[in-house]
Amino acid sequence: MRLKALILATTACALIGGTAVAKDMTIVSWGGAYSASQNNAYHKPYMAANPDINIINDESSNEAVAKLRAMNEAGNITWDLVDVVAADAIRLCDEGLAMEINHDEALAPAPDGTPASEDFGPMIVSDCYIPQIVYSTTFGYRTDVAEWNGKEPQDICAVFDLENFPGKRSLEKRPINNVEWALLCDGVPKDEIYDVLATDEGVDRALAKLDTIKDQVIWWSAGAETPQLLADKEVVIGSTYNGRLFSLIEEQDQPVKMLWDAQVFDLDGWIVPAGLPEDRLAMVMDYLKFATDTQRLADQAKYISYGPARQSSAPLVGKHAELGIDMAPHMPTDPANAQNTFLYNYEWWADHRDDLDAKFQAWLTR
Amino acid sequence: MTDLTAEAPVLTTRDGKPLKASLARALRREKLRSLMLIAPLLVFIVVTFLAPIADMLFRSIDNRIVAETLPKTVVALAQWDETSGNLPDETVFQALHDDLLIAVEEKTHTRLGSRLNYEASGMSSLFRTTGRRVKRMEDGSYAEQFINADKDWGDVKTWQILKRFSPPYTAGYFLNAVDAQVTPDGIEMKPENQRLYLLLFARTMMLSLIITFSCLLFGYPIAYLLATLPLRYSNLLMILVLLPFWTSLLVRTSAWKVLLQQQGVINDALVWAGLVSNTDRLVLINNQTGTIIAMTHILMPFMILPLYSVMKTISPSYVRAAKSLGATDWTAFWRVYFPQTVPGIGAGAILVFILSIGYYITPELVGGTEGIFISNRIAYHISSSLNWGLAAALGVILLAMVLLLFYVYDRIVGIDNVKLG
Repeated sequence: MRLKALILATTACALIGGTAVAKDMTIVSWGGAYSASQNNAYHKPYMAANPDINIINDESSNEAVAKLRAMNEAGNITWDLVDVVAADAIRLCDEGLAMEINHDEALAPAPDGTPASEDFGPMIVSDCYIPQIVYSTTFGYRTDVAEWNGKEPQDICAVFDLENFPGKRSLEKRPINNVEWALLCDGVPKDEIYDVLATDEGVDRALAKLDTIKDQVIWWSAGAETPQLLADKEVVIGSTYNGRLFSLIEEQDQPVKMLWDAQVFDLDGWIVPAGLPEDRLAMVMDYLKFATDTQRLADQAKYISYGPARQSSAPLVGKHAELGIDMAPHMPTDPANAQNTFLYNYEWWADHRDDLDAKFQAWLTR
Repeated sequence: MTDLTAEAPVLTTRDGKPLKASLARALRREKLRSLMLIAPLLVFIVVTFLAPIADMLFRSIDNRIVAETLPKTVVALAQWDETSGNLPDETVFQALHDDLLIAVEEKTHTRLGSRLNYEASGMSSLFRTTGRRVKRMEDGSYAEQFINADKDWGDVKTWQILKRFSPPYTAGYFLNAVDAQVTPDGIEMKPENQRLYLLLFARTMMLSLIITFSCLLFGYPIAYLLATLPLRYSNLLMILVLLPFWTSLLVRTSAWKVLLQQQGVINDALVWAGLVSNTDRLVLINNQTGTIIAMTHILMPFMILPLYSVMKTISPSYVRAAKSLGATDWTAFWRVYFPQTVPGIGAGAILVFILSIGYYITPELVGGTEGIFISNRIAYHISSSLNWGLAAALGVILLAMVLLLFYVYDRIVGIDNVKLG
């Protein structure tokens, strides 16, 4: 009899409990250390403040663009918030798959009252985009290469200098960034690069420069590859995202250094899928307001070395949560690192990506 | 009964119906019943497999987006002579203005821009910037206002592209998929430095054949051992064959990376043994060699298992009989044993070949630039560039190639000769 009562009671509890935690919110991100940093900085405090909401992490940002289109065509949006890079956000916005956001209305102002659109400033590259962090694609090199006779790369053109810096390199298997660096080291002034690239001769010139190192390059498609190749001594210098190099150098203690020269800034941030039902949209917008405020963005930098996208967050960046080291000098936006940076031209790439990619792939397979 | 048949010229059943019709009905009912038994599976396959494939393949010619987004402009443009070298007249610009107003409202103009950007760079931003301006345009002299908004509207080429891609169906994706393009002078091949897909198709075929052949070469002796060794050894061997088969594909591919890379296990061992010098270690990965090695290993079970199941049924007494009649070992194998294994080879080869022709994860990870397949480009267009039309066209061509090969294979080997077990 007592057992029966117990079973009934637990069932009842489970049922009531089940209805109480009914609100799930699916947030899509990149997985790994990046999702962990978002989990610590955004999700945990938000769920603590809103016990009725349960955040589900989906690690599908890699194929988010294709999946969002498929969901849109099927008329069944199962995601509530998606983390994508800026170029994908522009594409999703163009395709009508992401919702346009009124930044000042939807997001919290800075502590001093500056509206969000000014606080983010030029980081808002698309009407649908809410930037979170600034990351950069830059180079890391091994410090123990015997053939270099004690020399260390000082600037980006060391990548193209096989005489002084022999050995294999790793570059991303796509034209973006590589063609800009190639032209830069072929003597094109920084502010003319996109004008040169817009011509057929300019593309040929960039590819000709890349041709000089082509047989020494291992091409990567996932951000984790270069750190692995560097650690395995497969390559002596390679490009990847700065956060990956940070964990290779600081957390795994490998003899690798960063070459910040001509690092290319890029953004990562949120988009809200178009066509969410009213109640889910309200839930997402509430979360967004919380997760992109000044303090939260600064908090994320405790767990990963990416710079917060708000100007007002920069002074609040503190120490790494576990290593206890100061994070500011590891930010791509730190003045010492950002002496020579390269700005990724989103508008230009949105137009020329298809064309240049076809040419680049044809060149790769030749 | 005998009376009945004697009286009636037509055989009937007891209820008086002709026997023939009754039989036909019984058979039909039986067919219907069996059809109903498989109906759930059939419906499932049609709904979840065939229909999506057909839908995807249809995208390779679908171009309705242009006429749907700019209906009036398309009609107005039909009057314009694209070879004249002059811009279209004011009515076309006005039609464009009317269409864009609605498109901007529905946010479909940027989608059209992305579509046309596959054909000519710059269309994407053209539609994006024009979309921002179109609401603020005033009545009259639209041509001037559009050219002010973006000077590309004053370029005849923009209008030529728009006109060329205004019909609801296009061969553009297919032409693109075979490295061709439409120019004002007709269809011609793309410039040398932009050709990609024909090379990739040829390479996919070539590498798949090499992989199939090397699977056969290495799989045949293993299958033979499996079929002939005493049970306790062959069981162990079978586990060794199946264990990698059950392991995750990514794990196996990553393992090959560790083994094959220049600072990897194989190169280290060779250097240690003094077979290669430390300075010129072998390049075994990030090229075609890497793809062939890794995929041969990954697809090997698909060759071994059909071979094994066929070899298991071959009685050893045939070879013994051949030998007792004076055949040498080789003759006994080649003339007596081998022909009996051909159905297994056929099944294994076709399995391995068809699987490898559509593979993309392994080539992506170990193939570098020379060892990638056409499926890697299809995956890119599906997931990154969102050019699903081109991906579908490439897919149709790949499917057609496989079917053609299947047909040739049927002609030469005969599909009835294939035995899976």
